[in-house]
Amino acid sequence: MYEFEYHHPGSVENAAKLLSTLPEAKLLAGGHTLLPTMKQRLAAPKHIVDMRSIRELHGIHVKDGHLVIGAMTTHSHVAESALVNSHLPSLAALAAGIGDPHVRRRGTIGGSVANNDPAADYPSAVLALNATIVTNQREIKADAFFTGMFETALKEGEIITHFVFPTGIKGAYAKFPNPASRYAMVGVFVARHGADVRVAVTGAGANGVFRANALEAALKGDFSPKALDGKGVSADDLNTDMHADAAYRAHLITVMAKRAVTAAQ
Amino acid sequence: MATVHMTVNGKAVTGHIEPNTLLVAFLRENLRLTGTHVGCDTSQCGACVVHVNGQAIKSCTTLAIACDGAHVTTIEGLANGTELHPMQMAFREHHGLQCGYCTPGMIMSAVDMVNRKGHELSEHTIREELEGNICRCTGYHNIVKAVAAGAKAMQGMAKAAE
Ligand SMILES: Cc1cc2nc3c(=O)[nH]c(=O)nc-3n(C[C@H](O)[C@H](O)[C@H](O)COP(=O)(O)OP(=O)(O)OC[C@H]3O[C@@H](n4cnc5c(N)ncnc54)[C@H](O)[C@@H]3O)c2cc1C
Ligand code: FES
Ligand code: FES
Repeated sequence: MYEFEYHHPGSVENAAKLLSTLPEAKLLAGGHTLLPTMKQRLAAPKHIVDMRSIRELHGIHVKDGHLVIGAMTTHSHVAESALVNSHLPSLAALAAGIGDPHVRRRGTIGGSVANNDPAADYPSAVLALNATIVTNQREIKADAFFTGMFETALKEGEIITHFVFPTGIKGAYAKFPNPASRYAMVGVFVARHGADVRVAVTGAGANGVFRANALEAALKGDFSPKALDGKGVSADDLNTDMHADAAYRAHLITVMAKRAVTAAQ
Repeated sequence: MATVHMTVNGKAVTGHIEPNTLLVAFLRENLRLTGTHVGCDTSQCGACVVHVNGQAIKSCTTLAIACDGAHVTTIEGLANGTELHPMQMAFREHHGLQCGYCTPGMIMSAVDMVNRKGHELSEHTIREELEGNICRCTGYHNIVKAVAAGAKAMQGMAKAAE
């Protein structure tokens, strides 16, 4: 790992100031993506701005019928939270399936969503549950946030402060994990918003997480696994790599979507 | 250079380190606590697991400087003098190790598992919870047995302390 200077500001305002004044500064959340990347010298920031001491970024509460989750909240905190388990159990279950227990202790929802790894779990929840991403500058709807593989609508120096999730939504996430890394080879989050249904697919898309329109249309008429018989996503825009080819991923999407619908009944 | 203060295995320590020092390097190289191992470069193997403020984490993916003020427990901090911790004894008893490289991480993870999930651990729970710990030798079978037995034995330890 190359050398850097370390900062740990106590407020979002000070963190933003550091990001805008220091050259090549990078935010550090749980470090479970950034530090491995720096160890491999694929990233070499000159300044690290550690957010661990920023209290306002930690924690979970309910406000106006919405679940508000701070960006620095760890996966294990979300998985074990009584509030998340009662208001949005599908989200708690997703968090409980990320990586391994040690990764869940350090990794954060803000880091995962900001990073938008095409195989990460959280982006599918944010998109299917139609959450709002709140930053130090503005609010961004999920549909406008994920712009491509490792790409988001975040601007240089913009900091995610928290997420606002609607509650009381019937939903579930089904993932086919890569047996070695536990990242999603295919993960499908299905969520029922009244008469509307949103289906978000991670792990498979060549441009990262996406909504599966054909599956959404089928489920709107009939929210049952049978409604997905013969329905699917074309393999054209899906990934092929050493773990699975596009055709297999396309197959898995329908299988995982059916499992998610069954679990969401 | 930066200065960090921690409590490691009950002792107050101070270190002058570069900010890019990983916790595992601080423990091994500055404090000479070489029981904590490095088995991979990808944050996957768990040979480096230690407890920070009571929680098992991978010390190869944590900056030492970010642990300023923390309480850290390593494998060296488990035994009571010459008397092994019940989880260590269970690994010895049930042949939960061969080369021993993964063992410190396995044991630190196992103790954390008991702290979170209790003393009666099913085989399924143990295998699932050991997701972040890789062993190249044992085939896991005896590790699972050792963790189950160690978890039960730790109940005795908790009772004895009361
Ligand atoms: C062994 C292993 C297995 C894993 N398995 C899975 C898995 O199964 N599923 C899965 O989804 N993930 C998995 N992960 C990734 C893990 O969930 C990461 O913790 C997560 O993706 C990144 O979160 P972090 O808090 O560690 O972020 P960091 O690594 O600290 O940061 C990641 C990036 O996001 C930026 N960033 C962080 N916070 C913010 C913010 N609030 N605002 C703006 N930018 C920010 C940082 O600058 C950095 O560029 C795994 C990781 C490891 C090491
Ligand atoms: S050395 Fe830390 S996970 Fe392998
Ligand atoms: S005993 Fe050799 S790696 Fe586990």
